[in-house]
Amino acid sequence: MNFKLKDIGPQLITVIAVVLIFGFFTYNAQVNMENRGIDFGYGFLSQESSFDVQFSLIEYDGSHSYFRAYLVGLLNTILVSVIGIILATILGVIVGIARLSPNYLINKFAAFYVEFFRNIPLLLQIFFWYFAALRALPLPQDAEPMFGISFLTIKGLFVPAFIWQNFNIFFYSILAAIITIILIRNHAKKLQETQGKQTPVLLISIGLIFILPLLSFLIGGVRLSFEVPVLKQLATTSFIYEGGVSLPPELIALALSLSLYTATFIAECVRAGIQGVGKGQKEAAASIGLTPNQVLKLVIMPQALRIIIPPTTNQYLNLTKNSSLAAAIAYPDLVLVFAGTALMQTGKAIEIVSITMFTYLSLSISISILMNWYNKKIAIQEK
Amino acid sequence: MFKYLKQLFSLVAMVAVLFTFTTETMAAKKSKTLKNTQKKGFVRCGVSQGLPGFSNADAAGNWTGIDVDVCRAVAAAVLGDANKVKFTPLSAKERFTALTSGEIDILSRNTTWTLSRDADIGLTFVGVNFYDGQGFMVRKSSGITSTSQFKDGISACTNIGTTTELNMRDFFNSKGIKYEPVAFEKADEVVAAYDAGRCDTYTTDKSGLAAQRTKMSNPDEHIVLPETVSKEPLGPVVRQGDSVWEDIVRWSLNTMIEAEEYGITSANADMMKTSDNPAIKRLVGAEGEMGAAFGLDNEWNLRIIKQVGNYGESYKRNIADTGILPDRGPNELWTKGGILYVPPSR
Repeated sequence: MNFKLKDIGPQLITVIAVVLIFGFFTYNAQVNMENRGIDFGYGFLSQESSFDVQFSLIEYDGSHSYFRAYLVGLLNTILVSVIGIILATILGVIVGIARLSPNYLINKFAAFYVEFFRNIPLLLQIFFWYFAALRALPLPQDAEPMFGISFLTIKGLFVPAFIWQNFNIFFYSILAAIITIILIRNHAKKLQETQGKQTPVLLISIGLIFILPLLSFLIGGVRLSFEVPVLKQLATTSFIYEGGVSLPPELIALALSLSLYTATFIAECVRAGIQGVGKGQKEAAASIGLTPNQVLKLVIMPQALRIIIPPTTNQYLNLTKNSSLAAAIAYPDLVLVFAGTALMQTGKAIEIVSITMFTYLSLSISISILMNWYNKKIAIQEK
Repeated sequence: MFKYLKQLFSLVAMVAVLFTFTTETMAAKKSKTLKNTQKKGFVRCGVSQGLPGFSNADAAGNWTGIDVDVCRAVAAAVLGDANKVKFTPLSAKERFTALTSGEIDILSRNTTWTLSRDADIGLTFVGVNFYDGQGFMVRKSSGITSTSQFKDGISACTNIGTTTELNMRDFFNSKGIKYEPVAFEKADEVVAAYDAGRCDTYTTDKSGLAAQRTKMSNPDEHIVLPETVSKEPLGPVVRQGDSVWEDIVRWSLNTMIEAEEYGITSANADMMKTSDNPAIKRLVGAEGEMGAAFGLDNEWNLRIIKQVGNYGESYKRNIADTGILPDRGPNELWTKGGILYVPPSR
């Protein structure tokens, strides 16, 4: 009995202390809000928001509810985070490997990039890419077309929109290609395990992912046309592109600065991971007759990834949270739209900040769960 | 997997505890802002992050502007020294939270008086120190001279968390124009983006446009369109629930306006004590017990006029002489064709 109390005692005290602290904050907030005549409640979420947002992935205008505005902000946060994570990973891997290059120039350039970008505060970088780089971009009427169809201007990047006919057939063809590739891979693995036969899986996969969608164009009746942006005059010296898809400069600047900044940290993770695999591993693998490709794929990478993944997960989380700096350059993310405009128009500070905090928490935990699952998958499987 | 779910649940539980508000009420507390202010020795005043004419700090950190003068007037009244003010620069987004949470005691930050702000969020507006309206600024070279020339696809830069953001939607919707709103947190960023060419038009209160225009790289390249698309009565705000403090701020502002009406200036205030007009004598503390109701002495209003000046002096010093809005427009006294009209001090 005594033993048990000793065991749970400190935990019990901690729980009571936490409850008391939160209880005090709650009581304090409640008393002060009451004194100042502020109502508490989440009912405002269904009210009409009556403000517009610059850029939205779902249909939205001021006649929709505050909850819809919340979704707009959340989706924009997810969008810039996903773009940032993809770009940062690609760039980080390239720079990480480049830092190990025997080529002096490549090596030093990568080192310079890493040291330069990771040592400047992110907010300054965002301001630089938005305000300094933005000023250097041409006005819409002066923009040189890129490949004749896209325009990079001070008002954003204007690219052609895809107009599909029979898009579902195209979609099914890609789905079919992916399923076939998975089946072939499994079959090839079995062949290799039972008969030691090698199959050129990569070549077959690349072929499939191209040929099947191509067939859908040739015989499936799929058609793709482009809606190219057209210059429209608003006033004597004021122009805009219409038609096509426009990416606001705020999104471009934010995604660029987030990925350039985070890539430096990912590059260091990658470098550490590769250097963490003993030299003997490579030599041993070569000595049993594996090709250099097989050495990388079967021996080095599986071990390097184990070192790379956990710290890279942290960088993904950082990038997602850092995306909240968007408010500084008018990218309508969760903080700007919901914890900014919506908070101001309703005055529901505690409600909105609590929802926003909880949302970021959920986003981060989701990324963590996903990355931990992946980490577990590539960890050493004890048999 | 289960480990994370457990963590998630415990977090949900913690948040639930945090926001389960009991319905128990507490006896209304007595107001204590005045007591605290006199104990601290300075007035805590929330201002803008830099709007010439209204609240703007120079290189040495000295604040000037008509919004600043309201806080100085209160300091002169309750502390006897117009310089005993601590200014806190706030963004449009932060301002109300700073006031309701007790970080500041007066918000004098070109804030529009609206029903929902007054009634909903624990604030009380005490008066109007500037009658304004929302307008649009465009580049002269665009050839636009009226909002009727706006077309679909126009991009408009503004601040978040302002009535501007809502008025803009009302305006463009009523005209059936599709527009791209680009909303920044700080006014400086709005100006920088508009100046760079990111937006075709910059919209905010007309006084704000006139003031920000002076900050642009080349002010002569920009014009403010003649149309006014909204009513924006700007004024100081206090926390709800402290009626004495509310009255002090209200009557400090009223004193400045009424002093101009009776021709009392910072220069002649002392001489006015011997005036024949009882209304003037009341305004300089020479007749009646005008401070007792606030818990102040009788010369609180005299100090405001002597140290800060009347409304006309404040306007001239901050807005007219700086070239922002030389013409007082609606902000002229009612006796001179404007709409400045305050209840009598008696």
